[in-house]
Amino acid sequence: MSNEWPLWEVFIRGQHGLNHRHVGSLHAPDAELAIRHARDVYTRRNEGVSIWVVPSAEITASAPSDKGPLFEPSNAKVYRHPTFYDIPDEVGHM
Amino acid sequence: MYAQMVKSEATNDDPALLAAFQARIDAGDKIEPKDWMPEGYRKTLIRQIGQHAHSEIVGQLPEGNWITRAPTLERKAILLAKVQDEAGHGLYLYCAAETLGVSRDDLTEQLLSGRMKYSSIFNYPTLNWADIGAVGWLVDGAAIMNQVPLQRTSFGPYSRAMVRICKEESFHQRQGYDLIRVMAQGTPEQKAMAQDSLNRFWYPSLMMFGPSDKESVHSEQSMAWKIKINTNDELRQKFVDQTVPQAHYLGLTVPDEGLVWNEDKGGWDFSEPDWNEFYEVLKGNGPCNVERIEARQKAWNDGAWFRDGLMAHAKKSNARRKAAKVAAE
Repeated sequence: MSNEWPLWEVFIRGQHGLNHRHVGSLHAPDAELAIRHARDVYTRRNEGVSIWVVPSAEITASAPSDKGPLFEPSNAKVYRHPTFYDIPDEVGHM
Repeated sequence: MYAQMVKSEATNDDPALLAAFQARIDAGDKIEPKDWMPEGYRKTLIRQIGQHAHSEIVGQLPEGNWITRAPTLERKAILLAKVQDEAGHGLYLYCAAETLGVSRDDLTEQLLSGRMKYSSIFNYPTLNWADIGAVGWLVDGAAIMNQVPLQRTSFGPYSRAMVRICKEESFHQRQGYDLIRVMAQGTPEQKAMAQDSLNRFWYPSLMMFGPSDKESVHSEQSMAWKIKINTNDELRQKFVDQTVPQAHYLGLTVPDEGLVWNEDKGGWDFSEPDWNEFYEVLKGNGPCNVERIEARQKAWNDGAWFRDGLMAHAKKSNARRKAAKVAAE
């Protein structure tokens, strides 16, 4: 039981020129077979045109406890959004 | 319902953390693997998702039984696709369980040693071709009742797995109904096979939801955690109300003399299945319990050299690649 295949994260590019998106994970002995398994498991119904696989162990994630320091500062920066600015009606669409 | 009688685990966590956790769930937040969660939540989910995953995998056996004997090439292709889907569903669910800190091999070992269960329904045999229709129509139909609300479950990876599964499950139910409809509208012999199949699968399908859990503490805790959304009785009633008219359309008779329309509740009154039979099946005394676990054990044992061989190959080629890279530098 100790010889378990490692875990891979699977990313698929959908049909319409979008980014690759994380769709799930799977076990495979190596990258080549991870792609084949991903094809069998995650693209059985035309879901994609391209697959990326990454060993799960290689992913570095931000800690849930860092959510505040990382993401809250942007809450206060409303001037980064176009809707912050009033454009006079006479100017028209901008 | 692929997870039956899942016991919730007691939790001995800090009351303040527990209250904050419950508040997140009440607010509709999704809990993600790295978030703090009560030990009971984690353990109950591992049991529930694991049991669900095992059911998908063991559920391939009664249907796989008919792949080589499908009556047409089209039916064979459909059945192959469906059984392949079940393998995929098992994989999505094992992966969701793994985010909680258990390995897939661990879960497999617990299934094989009998410490983890799978749905009682898969301990019944598929005796005639109409059974393949009944499995899709009734068994997948009952599973959908439970899986659709579970898309809203509080644990993110479980909820996302359910979304994928529900997308595919509708095909399963429809191909089953289509199959049994062709039988029911065929020769008198074929119609008799369809009726025989409904007779055998009706009560086991009702058992899939588990016994009434209105007063169960486990159920109450799981519902508070949003890892169970409806009571077993609610789902069973919904299933009966949906399925009875579908049976009538086929000209088949639901094998229940107590089945009667209840105008007041706007639903069907129906007879309970034999719960003693259900407990016997759970204990391992159903018609196919031994055969199912033997088949899984054999697949696990026979595949060991293959899994190990591929792993050895991967390690070797990795080492070779590294050596070549060092030599080139």
